[in-house]
Amino acid sequence: MDTKRQYEVVFIVDPTVDDEVARLTDNFKQVVTDQGGVVTKAESMGKRQLAYEILHQKEGTFVLLEIEGSGREIAELERRMRVNDRVLRYLTVRVDEDRRRAEKLKDRRSRKAAKRPAAATSAAPRRPAAMDFTDKNGE
Amino acid sequence: MAANYEDRPRGGGGGYESDDEGDRRSMGGRGGRRIHRRRVCRFCIDKVDLIDFKDVRLLQNYLPERGKILPRRISGNCATHQRMLAEAIKRARNIALLPYTTD
Repeated sequence: MDTKRQYEVVFIVDPTVDDEVARLTDNFKQVVTDQGGVVTKAESMGKRQLAYEILHQKEGTFVLLEIEGSGREIAELERRMRVNDRVLRYLTVRVDEDRRRAEKLKDRRSRKAAKRPAAATSAAPRRPAAMDFTDKNGE
Repeated sequence: MAANYEDRPRGGGGGYESDDEGDRRSMGGRGGRRIHRRRVCRFCIDKVDLIDFKDVRLLQNYLPERGKILPRRISGNCATHQRMLAEAIKRARNIALLPYTTD
């Protein structure tokens, strides 16, 4: 079985414990690596307004993690986040399949584009020829 | 009636031409209600393969005031991109980047 999966995990931390965000992030990163996953990106999206109240909070600090692994570390990470009441909400999205699909579409498009210039060059001579005619008319 | 006559002089001096313009204007007025209609998929033009749920700026364009997802018949999106967009909006809603409803 293919063990390489890519995930994006976004979680929202209670903004009233501001200094704890970095520590919490490190903690979660440790959890992932302990389970055999790799954190490819850890990024704070900053403090921002929530679109609706969660646990009577109107603001939250958003953190984005990109994780590569088998899925086991996601299970553990989600369990930890569920238990931790500093984490207002989390969302995990598996992205490798979508990205692969996007790549495929891009490939197909570039291949199509590679074909198209050939058609364009065959069409191009006509235009200069037309130009020539006008020049002759001009003369 | 008076309003119609006031509009006409703007169209110009030529009688026939101004009549034509008047017709076009009334057509425009009828079409004006549907002016939101876009006939082409924006995402296809921009060659978007992936719609990110974190791109709030983009997604907000497809959430009218009420917070509902803008239907395809109005946005003009193709089926593929509308599906991707809807998915992204729903994800964004889940983590409170976008509202479920706004009153």
